[in-house]
Amino acid sequence: MWQLIRPSSKLSLRVWQISLLMIFLGVWQYVSLDPKLAFFFGKPTGVVESLWAWFVTDGIIYYHLQITLLETLLAFVIGTSAGMGAGLWLGLSPIASAILDPYIKALNSMPRVILAPIFAMWFGLGIWSKVALAVTLVFFIVFFNVYQGVKEVSPTLLDNARMLGADRKKLLRFVYLPSATSWVFSSLHTSVGLAFVGAVVGEYLGSAAGVGYLILQAEGVFDINTVVAGVVVLTACALVLDGIVGIVEKKLMKWQPKSGETEQQV
Amino acid sequence: MNETPALALKNISCTFISRDDPGQRYTAVQDTTLEVAAGEFVSVVGPTGCGKSTLLNVGAGLLSPSKGSIEVFGVPLQGVNKRAGYMFQGEALLPWRKALDNVTAGLQFAGVDPKDADEQGREWMRRVGLGGFEDRYPHQMSGGMRKRTMLAQTLIRDPDIILMDEPFSALDIQTRQLMENEVLELWMAKRKAVLFITHDLDEAIAMSDRVVVLSAGPGTHPIGEFVIDLPRPRDVAEVRIDPRFVELHADIWSVLRDEVLKGYAQQKQKAA
Repeated sequence: MWQLIRPSSKLSLRVWQISLLMIFLGVWQYVSLDPKLAFFFGKPTGVVESLWAWFVTDGIIYYHLQITLLETLLAFVIGTSAGMGAGLWLGLSPIASAILDPYIKALNSMPRVILAPIFAMWFGLGIWSKVALAVTLVFFIVFFNVYQGVKEVSPTLLDNARMLGADRKKLLRFVYLPSATSWVFSSLHTSVGLAFVGAVVGEYLGSAAGVGYLILQAEGVFDINTVVAGVVVLTACALVLDGIVGIVEKKLMKWQPKSGETEQQV
Repeated sequence: MNETPALALKNISCTFISRDDPGQRYTAVQDTTLEVAAGEFVSVVGPTGCGKSTLLNVGAGLLSPSKGSIEVFGVPLQGVNKRAGYMFQGEALLPWRKALDNVTAGLQFAGVDPKDADEQGREWMRRVGLGGFEDRYPHQMSGGMRKRTMLAQTLIRDPDIILMDEPFSALDIQTRQLMENEVLELWMAKRKAVLFITHDLDEAIAMSDRVVVLSAGPGTHPIGEFVIDLPRPRDVAEVRIDPRFVELHADIWSVLRDEVLKGYAQQKQKAA
């Protein structure tokens, strides 16, 4: 009997995973028959109804999702470029890094979510205050990766390039920059995830659009089902983003014997 | 043979200051003079850790000595030695570049037209026996293939001086002898000055015109010099059974042995 249902093959593993979800949803649905509990925990059918309304009958989710994803993309691109530039610069200039070292440590230790209201004041309630918040999260991840990476470029590689006639500029272009790209990639899963988190948290703390805004609205009227629906949408989005990163990584990092992180199979 | 040597290291001393304790000093190389004539193949042998690589880095211009001067074809060396090609001991290929792009890196840095560089790169890859492997990344190649790529990468720039730092020490003995023969063949065709560092005496004798023996560190300096008068062209595997080879080996080993023992004793002491 156990031989038959043992989670050994891929198929039976899937069956196990799906059954677990079904059991969870079943228990949840059963518990939520009590209206008091349903008020606190929502109920699966209610969540599906909210999702249905968002995606099919009203179709409002597309606009908000588009806003959130745009913020994520902008934050990722700006944060990564800035982090890479700063990492290269400080990694190559010992004096600058020595002077700035305590400030960078302080900025990194600071709970940067607190800056959200300030960004809202500076950039308004539009997308840019969210982008700014997410950039502060992405920047440091990329920065520390590149900074550490620049310092750890193999001296033999550098000596070899110099002997082959590379001056400082060419070392930067042909040795440091390609290496830096690989360090950016090793932090890609984390930085894309944080860009998304930054965007959503920013929206949640004050906005006029986005999935975070929808969740905030629903919370205001104690509509737990819609809140859970928002969480489901965000989770699905995060998984899709992670999957895209995995594919891009596989394509661009072909030259690496093995990547720093294991690919997340969804 | 030309009067001015291709590479002349004159009274070189290299003292390193310990990074943790600035008072601590270590003299790796002391008062060493070494000349390589144009077209000459010179090997430097010595016990492990005696500062052979330090000497080579000085000749390459990657390390400036504490004392002494370096002349390249009679001109004092400043900065990196542009007339030299350096084949490193460790992995020196750019891992994100395919083999061909690694081979042509030197040409790219010099601003050679990419098409032209590609053509030369393919030609060199064939010459080192890697035709058809142009699109492999370094991690997709064996150790021997990577060494061949490094050889092509160094030689494609047609340097007048070739510096080699134990280039084959990581290879198995068969691959090693194959590559030694290939290097000799390429060298015979062009006759560049070669400064070859090795800890393998057999390899040194089989390949060189002259073998220089270094003392154990600290304060390494040459303690013997032997002209290798074996006829060329040589086959590194066959030459080893030549009676003259055996004789030279015995002579050089008698000088080298004490230094090797000294170096070994020092390392044991350090470890203890």
